[in-house]
Amino acid sequence: MASAAKKLLMDPFSDNNPITIQVLGICSALAVTVKVDTAIVMTLALTAVVSLSNFVISLMRNVIPSGIRMIVEMAVIATLVIIADQLLRAFLFDISKQLSVFVGLIITNCIVMGRAEAFALQNPPKASLLDGLGNGLGYGIVLIAVASIREILGFGKWLGFQLPLGDNFMGNGLVLLAPGAFIILGLLIWGQRTLTKYVED
Amino acid sequence: MKALFDFMDKKIGPLFEEGGKFERLYPLWEAGDTFNRTPGDVTPSAPHVRDSIDQKRLMIFVIYALIPCILFGIWNAGNQFNIANNVEDASLMTDILRGATMVLPIIFVSYLVGGLWEVLFAVIRRHEINEGFLVTGMLFPLILPPTLPLWQVAVGVSFGIVIGKEIFGGVGYNILNPALTARAFLFFAYPAQISGDKVWVGTAKTAFDNSPIFGTVAENVDGVTMATPLAVAAAVEKGGDVVQALADNAGQGYTLLNMTLGNIPGCIGSTSVVAIVLGMIFLLITGIASWRVMFSGIIGCVAMGALFNVLPLDNPFAALPFVYHLVMGGFLFGIVFMATDPVSASATNTGKFIYGFLIGALTVLIRVANPAYPEGAMLAILFMNVMAPLIDHFVVQGHIKKRTAYARALNNA
Repeated sequence: MASAAKKLLMDPFSDNNPITIQVLGICSALAVTVKVDTAIVMTLALTAVVSLSNFVISLMRNVIPSGIRMIVEMAVIATLVIIADQLLRAFLFDISKQLSVFVGLIITNCIVMGRAEAFALQNPPKASLLDGLGNGLGYGIVLIAVASIREILGFGKWLGFQLPLGDNFMGNGLVLLAPGAFIILGLLIWGQRTLTKYVED
Repeated sequence: MKALFDFMDKKIGPLFEEGGKFERLYPLWEAGDTFNRTPGDVTPSAPHVRDSIDQKRLMIFVIYALIPCILFGIWNAGNQFNIANNVEDASLMTDILRGATMVLPIIFVSYLVGGLWEVLFAVIRRHEINEGFLVTGMLFPLILPPTLPLWQVAVGVSFGIVIGKEIFGGVGYNILNPALTARAFLFFAYPAQISGDKVWVGTAKTAFDNSPIFGTVAENVDGVTMATPLAVAAAVEKGGDVVQALADNAGQGYTLLNMTLGNIPGCIGSTSVVAIVLGMIFLLITGIASWRVMFSGIIGCVAMGALFNVLPLDNPFAALPFVYHLVMGGFLFGIVFMATDPVSASATNTGKFIYGFLIGALTVLIRVANPAYPEGAMLAILFMNVMAPLIDHFVVQGHIKKRTAYARALNNA
C-alpha cells in the first residue's frame, strides 16, 4: 500500500483517533457500549456510513454549491443511515432493538459530518473512502475497548460468553451506568495520551 | 536525640537528595521526616510569618478530632454484633475486641492501599507525599458499614485517591472530597454491600469469629436484618407516623436518645452525635475547620426540615420533627468532617455560608423527596463540592461590583 493511503487509513487508529484525540462521537460511545456485540454492530454501521458518505460526497464535490453543501451532505448521510438501519432490522433484529435510536442518531454523529466537511469536500473519492474507513474503524476500536471493559467488569462476560472468574465474582454496577463509561473513556484517553505523549494545544 | 537527628540529616538524608543513591524515593524520605518532626527550614527573606501550623499539623489535628468517633465506632460495631448474635457473656471488653477485629482491618486496608497509590504517584510525578491522605485514609473507613468486604475497601480507596484526587494533580487541586468520592463509587458499583438492611451488623463466619475470647456465639446466623433509622423512616406508608415507626422498629427501636448516643446500627464512625460533637468542639477551638460551613449547614438542615414540617404534604417523612434530621444518618459527620474539607469547599467566607446552608437543605430534600436514596448527605456534599467554585465566582464578582460602585461614588463626590 502506498504510504499516503496507509497514513489515511492508519492515522485515525491512534495519532488522530476521532474519539480519544478529537473527542467526537462521545454520546454513542457512552450509549451503546454496555455489551461488546452492540459495540461491534455499531462500529460496522458507522464505518459503512462514514466511508460511503465520504465516497459519495467526494464524487459530487465539484458540483455541490458551497451555499447548500451541508444540506446535500445531510441528504447523503441520512439516506445511508436509513439503509443501514433497515438492514439491521431485517437481519439483526435483536441487536437493532438494543441499539434503538442510536443507529438513527448516526446522522448526528459529529464524526460523519466532520469527515465530510473536513476531508471529502477537498479530496478525491478513493482517498475519501480510505479516510472514512480509517475513521470508522478508529472509532470502533475505542468503542469495542470501552465495551469490553464494561461487559467484563459489569457482567463477567465477554461477547456474551461467561468468563471463568469464579463464583465470588461480583458485577460492578457503576460501569454499566453512563458515568462509568465516561470514567473508562477518560482513563483510556489518559493512557493513550501518556503513551503517545500527545499534548492538547 | 540531637545525635540521632544529626545522623539522619547528615548521613541518611543526602542519600535521598539530588545526586544521592535513592534520589527517586525522595518523597518517602521527605514524608517520613516531616510527619515526625517539624522542619527546621525558615524563610530567608522578609516578610516572615511565624506560625507552628502547616499542612501536616493541620491534617493530624483532624485525625485527633476523629479519635472519639473511631473509638466509639469500634465499640459500637462489636456491641451491635454481640446483641444481634445473642453472644453470651458479652462485656465491654469483648465488645471492643470484637469491634476491633471488624473495624481495624478496614482502616488498615484503607491506609495500605491508598498509601501505595499515593507513594506511586509521588515517585512518578516527583512531588512530595500529600498530607491530605492521612485524613482521607481515616475518613473513608468511618463512613463504611462494618461488614464491608476488604477487597471493596481496597477498590474504593483506589478510586477515591486516583480518580478523585491524583488525576487532578493531588491535594489542593481536587474538585471532590476523595473519601466521599470513594464511598460514592462503592455505593453505585456494589450497592448490595453498602446499603439496604443487611450490612450494618456483622455475623460470625469463620472459626476465628467464633473463638471463645470474644464470648460464645449462641447460634450462627447467615445475616442480621437491621434497618437504619433513615431506611425505617423512608419506608413509612402514607398516613403513618415516622416517630412511632422509629420507636417500634423490630430488633431495636430508635429514639432521639439512642440516635444521639449512637448505639445503633450504621456506618462505623457516624452513628454517635456525642462523639462527633466532641470532635467538632476540638476542630472549632483549634480553628482547623470552618465554623461557617458547620453553622450554616446545621441551619440549612433545620430550616429545610422545619419547612417540610409546615408544608401540607402527603408524605409522612416530611412531617418528621426537624430535630430528627440532625441526629439521623451521616449528616452531622458529613457537615463536620467532610463538608469542611478546605480544598473542595467554597473558599470565600460568604461562599462558605451559602455552601454549608445548601448542603444542609439538600440533605433533607433528598431524604424526604427522593425514595431511591435514603441518605442524602453524601450526594448533597458531593453536589455542592462541584458547585463551590461557582459560588465563589459569584461572591467575588459581587464584591468587585460593590467596590467599583463605591470607587465611582467617591470619584463623583
